[in-house]
Amino acid sequence: MSAMSAMLLEILVSLFLLASAFFTLAGSIGLARLPDFYTRLHGPTKATTLGVGGMLVASVLYFSARGEWLSLNELLITMFLFITAPISAYLLAQAALHLRVRDVSGGADKSKHPGQ
Amino acid sequence: MKRAIGKMLPHPVLSVVLLLIWLLLVKSMAWGHVALGAILAVFIPRLTARLWMEEIYFHRYRVLVRLIGIVLWDILVASIVVTRLILGPGTALRPRFVVVPLDMTNPYAIAMLASIISLTPGTVSVSLSDDNKGLLLHGLNVPDAEELIRSVKTRYETPIKEIFEC
Repeated sequence: MSAMSAMLLEILVSLFLLASAFFTLAGSIGLARLPDFYTRLHGPTKATTLGVGGMLVASVLYFSARGEWLSLNELLITMFLFITAPISAYLLAQAALHLRVRDVSGGADKSKHPGQ
Repeated sequence: MKRAIGKMLPHPVLSVVLLLIWLLLVKSMAWGHVALGAILAVFIPRLTARLWMEEIYFHRYRVLVRLIGIVLWDILVASIVVTRLILGPGTALRPRFVVVPLDMTNPYAIAMLASIISLTPGTVSVSLSDDNKGLLLHGLNVPDAEELIRSVKTRYETPIKEIFEC
């Protein structure tokens, strides 16, 4: 690989890493700043989706360019994350409904839903 | 013949996915790994058959691919919106619970919708009603509940209904 394309690759990988670090940080700040349990649930399940996503894209780029194979193991991490993140969020929310944690949200009646 | 295959592979989609996962995990296309993956793809669905309520069957693969594209795009756009909300002044938030009435009965279709809602930033699915007809979700910033319900139904529920034909 020429020096030029190697540098381009490094810049691209760095951009993805920085973007993902930014979104992960934002998610953590959300966890600290948001007012109640339900709004805090959004921080870690959300901004981190993109945070981890960016990191994995960076990893695919780097290892595909390094090795002879297209590196696709990262797809599995994405897939497992996409399967497990909603389920853990759902279980946390169920527990919160059951415990009737304090919330600042308006809107729908929660009484018809299990957990109450 | 068809019946024999049906008995061998009660969940063909699951089997194909398992084989692909195995090959990605071992990062190799060697025959030995393909054979081992095929064995896993045949036996894991049979061992877990009791956990599957119904057969998983995607009717419209093209719609599925388009839905995945829509969801990835929404994750990207909404992440940026949510990040701005989180870092902005806290008073701008209008968190709210919303019930989305469901028109689907297939459990996999409902699970898929609930997961997509949780993955796209700004909304989390909180609870499915006892009769499986309403999905309670929590929005981080919902100025207009009707609008949110409409967008969930047209963007995600309609394609999922097409995919599962339910």
